[in-house]
Amino acid sequence: MLRVQGLLLVLAMFFSLAAALVGCLALMKRMLLASDVISHLALPGIGIALLLKRSPIVGGAATLFLGTFLVWRLQKKTGLATESAVGVIFATALAIGAAVIPNEDLAESLFGELGKLSLVGFLSGMAAVVFVIVSILLLRDQLSLSILSPDLAAATGVNVSRLDLRFLLLFSLTVLVGLRFMGALLASSLIIMPAATARQLADKLTNFVLVAGAASLLSVIAGFLLNAFLFKFSTAGPTITMFSALLFGASLLVKTK
Amino acid sequence: MTDPVLSVSALTIVFGSRVVIQDLNFKVNQGDGVAIIGPNGAGKTVLLKALLDLIPYRGEIRWSQGARLGYVPQKIVADRQLPLSARDFLAAKVRFLKLPSDELEQVSTELGLTTQLLDANIGILSGGQFQKVLIAFALLGRPNVLLVDEPTASLDELTEERIYELLQSLQKKRGMTILLVSHDLSVVYRNAGLVLCLSKGKPCMGPPKEILTPAMLEELYSAPSLYYRHIHEHEPVIPGAKTTPEGKKC
Repeated sequence: MLRVQGLLLVLAMFFSLAAALVGCLALMKRMLLASDVISHLALPGIGIALLLKRSPIVGGAATLFLGTFLVWRLQKKTGLATESAVGVIFATALAIGAAVIPNEDLAESLFGELGKLSLVGFLSGMAAVVFVIVSILLLRDQLSLSILSPDLAAATGVNVSRLDLRFLLLFSLTVLVGLRFMGALLASSLIIMPAATARQLADKLTNFVLVAGAASLLSVIAGFLLNAFLFKFSTAGPTITMFSALLFGASLLVKTK
Repeated sequence: MTDPVLSVSALTIVFGSRVVIQDLNFKVNQGDGVAIIGPNGAGKTVLLKALLDLIPYRGEIRWSQGARLGYVPQKIVADRQLPLSARDFLAAKVRFLKLPSDELEQVSTELGLTTQLLDANIGILSGGQFQKVLIAFALLGRPNVLLVDEPTASLDELTEERIYELLQSLQKKRGMTILLVSHDLSVVYRNAGLVLCLSKGKPCMGPPKEILTPAMLEELYSAPSLYYRHIHEHEPVIPGAKTTPEGKKC
């Protein structure tokens, strides 16, 4: 049990860094709120997998990536803003998820603790997190250009549409790793809050990313410890998110001083 | 006779059911300074985007071999909160295109971009400063053709003058070809070697003195032009047109 918690904490720490990095870019792309609901796209898959007695993570991954692809296509074909496209797909996914997830599993699906963490689960989670971090670092220049002006980025040789899809998929992959211990409702909180906190405290790109990473890592460690020794919930998601919210509140105080 | 740097033939651009540009043909030689003028909605920006291959079109756009394009877009409204400095922005292009690392410093020096300006966040730069950064961005990669879309929109007259002087000096020093979209006909008259006018009627191209005539401008903008009086002060060339005290351009 202790070993599982240890592995979960290590995975969560690496996840926090990937989430912070993705969050910084999502904030700069002004798609933080839209991104928040992307995690809910996993719900129908989790529900169907639970009904079929299969791995909820695999089911969640299937609908998460399918939904992400649909968001991208809808955006590309209709010119809808990301938040509109996500909103349409999200509402549909939530409705299907609520209908198919068995009542006794609903809380776990929404707040985390989706099964035990096996060694394979740990290693695949770590591989996904490292993949996200490396990919974002490799794509950072293209993303910076497209954030300022998609036309200018395209004229420079960036395939903006493909870049948007890659970023959405990386976002979803990050959410997928977070699903296990944060749940569908809170998986994206570590993407949003540390980036929002860092934006209050840093106005240079490097500092912004570093502060977001530190806030995210601190939230995970403090959230796990608070839960293990104080609150003893079935999942650390709520304490991680609450600690992250505290850091955001503190950043507001620092900024107004 | 050298081959043109750009040949456009039978170019047609359609958005939905609206034909923006129809059957446009023109050529541009290396070193030409071409101003693209026309009323709102005539397709000036759309033409630049087609030349950059950013939008679908019918017809043919052929750039000569070795043409390297730089693009200065119409005013970009940067988020004031964006934690991205001018240096971050320029360095992103240098890294993405794998350009020599000293090119950023060279271009910055050439355009007089100070360290303070380079390290400032893009969102807090003034309109003129940001425009210079956009020109610097376009110059990275040593382009020999510059496509510039209304570089002085919403800038004050002094800054506007400086931006045009900068573009002119670049054209002379580097022998660049410049295609410039502009609403400012007096600037076009003074600076452009050729004028391409886009209108719903037949597009035309030629030297400013031939194109910027009262009759042509009236046809192009579907209204009597006061611009001509601005250039040729006190010469009432448009019958019936009233004289304005300022003699402002159209």
